[in-house]
Formats: sequence, structure tokens, C-alpha cells
Amino acid sequence: MERYSGFGLIKHAIRHHENWQRAWRNPAPKKQYDIIIVGGGGHGLATAYYLAKEFGVTNVAVMEKGYLGGGNTGRNTTIVRSNYLWNESAHLYEHALQLWEGLSRDLNYNVMFSQRGVLNLGHTLQDMRDIRRRVNANRLNGIDGEVLDSTQVQKLVPILNCSEKSRYPVLGASWQPRGGVARHDAVAWGFARAADSLGVDLIQECEVTGFEIEDSRVRGVKTRRYGSIGARKVACVAAGNSGLLANLAGFELPIESHPLQALVSEPIKPVLHRVVMSNQVHGYISQSNKGDLVIGAGIDSYNGYGQRGSYPKIEQALAAIIELFPIFSRVPMNRQWGGTVDTTPDACPIIGESPVTNLFFNCGWGTGGFKATPGSGQVFAASLAGDEMHPLAKPFCLTRFYSGALIDEHGAAGVAH
Amino acid sequence: MLRIYCPHCAEYRDEEEFHYAGQAHIVRPADPDACTDKDWGAYLYFRKNPCGLHHELWSHAVGCRKFLKVIRDTLSYEIRESSPIGGKTAVELSLPPSMPPGSNDS
Ligand SMILES: Cc1cc2nc3c(=O)[nH]c(=O)nc-3n(C[C@H](O)[C@H](O)[C@H](O)COP(=O)(O)OP(=O)(O)OC[C@H]3O[C@@H](n4cnc5c(N)ncnc54)[C@H](O)[C@@H]3O)c2cc1C
Repeated sequence: MERYSGFGLIKHAIRHHENWQRAWRNPAPKKQYDIIIVGGGGHGLATAYYLAKEFGVTNVAVMEKGYLGGGNTGRNTTIVRSNYLWNESAHLYEHALQLWEGLSRDLNYNVMFSQRGVLNLGHTLQDMRDIRRRVNANRLNGIDGEVLDSTQVQKLVPILNCSEKSRYPVLGASWQPRGGVARHDAVAWGFARAADSLGVDLIQECEVTGFEIEDSRVRGVKTRRYGSIGARKVACVAAGNSGLLANLAGFELPIESHPLQALVSEPIKPVLHRVVMSNQVHGYISQSNKGDLVIGAGIDSYNGYGQRGSYPKIEQALAAIIELFPIFSRVPMNRQWGGTVDTTPDACPIIGESPVTNLFFNCGWGTGGFKATPGSGQVFAASLAGDEMHPLAKPFCLTRFYSGALIDEHGAAGVAH
Repeated sequence: MLRIYCPHCAEYRDEEEFHYAGQAHIVRPADPDACTDKDWGAYLYFRKNPCGLHHELWSHAVGCRKFLKVIRDTLSYEIRESSPIGGKTAVELSLPPSMPPGSNDS
């Protein structure tokens, strides 16, 4: 594979950019693999990449029903942070954040990871108590964080409405300087290109429609396009469609699929240099390098697979944004879209074994899994390559819903994205 | 925007007047003392999540405040019907008798 470099850019510029290599092959699948990954989003592609790179498992295929990164990976608002309350999740997301910090170099692909800092605003006394508790917990886990008062918040974000007279005044915030944003498509493409160059087959437009199961042991997958394909292990990383895959394998997951929306404005000059999130009025916003404001809404309360959400949710999100940033009240919005997110009862992912031997799931990331992409892929790859789940993944087993050992990040984690 | 028919008010109203209350027909274990961890887990946390027809509860939160049952397609978001709690809906009446409500989800 051709390495990307400044020199290469000049070389190709001289040749009018006509000879760039394709970023990945588009192979037909083999009959048998060591591991088949179902779902070519960021988490599936990252799993494949780390399997090949760190564990030498290269006889791997990723089956994607649409195009790579076309699910939630390509639809999210790209906020990356690790300031979760509970030890289990804090460790997992911090592991991911540390991988983010070296990811562009590792993949030889610019994922545009920008550590511009994340603010989680507090608007009530209880918000501030929760923020203090969370920041203290973060620090005990070695995660950067500070509690800011409204004057300090105002300094960081001059255009934020910090007036005492506003309907929900900003009393302060938690501040994680190492948090930020990344370019979502580049994350999918970077992992795809790097995995492909290590020998992983990326099979697009290939929906998995069932599993080959003998004596409750998985032997492969069924596809409409290529028939049955064998595998020693099958790993499902299918976000909002995970419950349907579990049903095909004969069991249930504690997952509900909900619409979640986002929208972007037309590009404007740089004006918002941090990521700002508010749980209380429910909106989150950042400005992309291109200049557009990237705004996230809340999930629709009802289940839905339609990859579109409702107008009331857009209205609520924009009302919150205008309340926080009156200066944006006349910025036209360019585009709006939705994804299907896989929510769990404790707002934490499910990573681990399933009732079917050698069939694994990594799902339930819900509204906030983009930030975990490299970490999730790495610990899942380690688990698939070895004989037991990675220690960081263990608490996120499916059996916690029977044992009661839930990791309740609902609300605890600031806003859920 | 969903337009939901409230069988109590006998009118179509905007989605914003309603509050979604999740899957319908969840039966509380009859003998809680006899439940295993698995039974409790299933009762508390495992919900139907079909891509297709879903039997669900809504409450008319800022209207009559009564609960209603809705059968909705989770892919097209089309609402097939809504009915008061307890009554059988037309979709359910057309099911073969051996099928419990909710089990025809595609
Ligand atoms: C609007 C929105 C905003 C968000 N904002 C943030 C944020 O700011 N920060 C954050 O951390 N997270 C955010 N998220 C959540 C984040 O996007 C997801 O948690 C994450 O991208 C999930 O990645 P994934 O690879 O698991 O899933 P996906 O990217 O959805 O990939 C799953 C893939 O599986 C494929 N698939 C499904 N079924 C099959 C099948 N049967 N056969 C073959 N392929 C199949 C799908 O086509 C899809 O490509 C947001 C999500 C949305 C929708």
C-alpha cells in the first residue's frame, strides 16, 4: 500500500492527482475465514484492524450490508471524551482516548482528531453537585477534568450566553481539555484502508441474513449475495441492527433501537472553538473545521429503524442551542439526518460472548460510541484473538442483566453522547 | 410528526401531546419468589425490538392522561391502530388463537 506523506502529495500534484491508488480492494469473499465481522462501521473496522495488526489474525472478513461507515459512524456528531462516572466505563473510554491521541500516525491517515476540549454545562445546583462528583471520580481514575464556574466558562466560550437572567442560567461546567472531535468518515476510511492493507477482506453490499449454527456453535454466516461463508468465530458489530441479528441467532438482547438526529448549518467563520454540551437543556454543538455548526438532538422516545427522527426533537435541540447561543438564531441549517442507535438499560455497551458458542457481540453503544471506536476495536480484537474477554471488556458482559451488576451511566456521564 | 388517535378522546392529536411508555403486554411474574435471576433479568430489561409491527403503550400525557395501546411499524413509523388498554385490537383479533399478542412482529 502506498504510504501517504507530504512528499507523496507533491508527487501526485505534479501528475494532476490522476494516479492515486484505491484506498482498499473490493474483493469477493473466500469460502472460509478465521473470523467474520458483521458490520463495517468504525467499531467493526477497528476490530478487524487491531486483529490483523496486533494479533496477527489476518484471515478476517468484514461484511457490510451497505457501504463502509454508512451507519452511525458516518452520521454522528463526533464528540470524543472520556469523563464517564463509573470506573468500568471511565477505564474503557480513557483507553480509547489514549489510542485517539496517536491514531492518525498509527493509521497513516489523518482522522483530524482535534483536542479542543469539551464542556458539560451545569444549569442547576444539582447539576453542579453531579459535575463535582464526576470530575472528582475522573481525577481518581487519572482522567483530566476541572470544575469551572460561569466566569471561567465565559472566558473559554465568549459567545455563550452566561447571563444570570437567562431561563436556565449557566452556573458552571465540567471541562475536559483532552476531549474534542474527529472526522467521522476519515475514521472509518482510515481503519478500512489500514485493515485492507494487512490482508482483511472488506465485503460491501453484503447483508448477513442468518447464521450457520450447529449444536449451538456458530460455523459461519448466511448472506443473500454470496450464500454461506464459513468462520471459526463470528463477531457482530451492527449497532441499531444488533437485536435483529441476535434474533436470527435465536436469542434476545436488552437493546432498543431509537432514532437519533443531527444537523449542520451552512459554514460560517470560526466562532466556536470548544465542544459545548448541555444535559439540562439538551443540546450539544461544535464547529467543524469546514466551518459548519454540528448540532446533535435527543433520541426519539419510541423505537424506530427508519434512520429518521421527528420534528419535535429538532425543535427542542435548536431551542436549546439558541438559548445558549443567541448569536446563532439566524444561521440557516443546511442538512439534517438520523441514525438508528442501540440503547441499553444502563446506557453502557454490551461486549462479549453470547448464548451461541463462538458468536460474539459488540453493541449497545447507543448515542455515544464514536468516542470509543479505537478502544472498543482493540479490546474486542484482543478478546477474539485470545481465549477470554479482555479485562476492560469483562464488566460489559451480557450476563450483567441477570446478575444485576449494571454500570449505570444514565445521566451520570453528563450528556449521553 | 406522528398523529396518534386517542381512543379516549376520539380524536387524532400530535405526537407531542403523548408520552411513549414502551412495549405493551409485559406481564409481571405471578410468583416473584419463584423467579430465577434469569426470569427477573428478562422481565426488567429485555424488550421486544422488532423492525416492523410493534405493540406499544402511550399515555395521552397533556390530554386525557389515559393510557392507550398502539400498533406501529417501526420502519415506516405508520400507525396501524390504537385502542384502549385491555381491549383487543383488530390486528390481534385476526391472529391465530395460539399466538400471544406481540408475537407476530415481523
Ligand atoms: C446523530 C448521532 C449523533 C451521535 N453523536 C455521537 C457523538 O457525538 N459522540 C459519540 O461518541 N457517539 C455519537 N453517536 C453514536 C455513534 O455514532 C455510535 O455509537 C457509533 O458510531 C457506533 O459505531 P458502530 O461501528 O458500532 O456502528 P455503525 O457505524 O452503525 O456500524 C454498524 C454497521 O453494521 C451494518 N449492518 C447492520 N446489520 C447488518 C447485517 N445484517 N449485515 C451486514 N451489515 C450490517 C450497518 O450497515 C452499519 O454500517 C451518535 C450517533 C448518532 C446517530
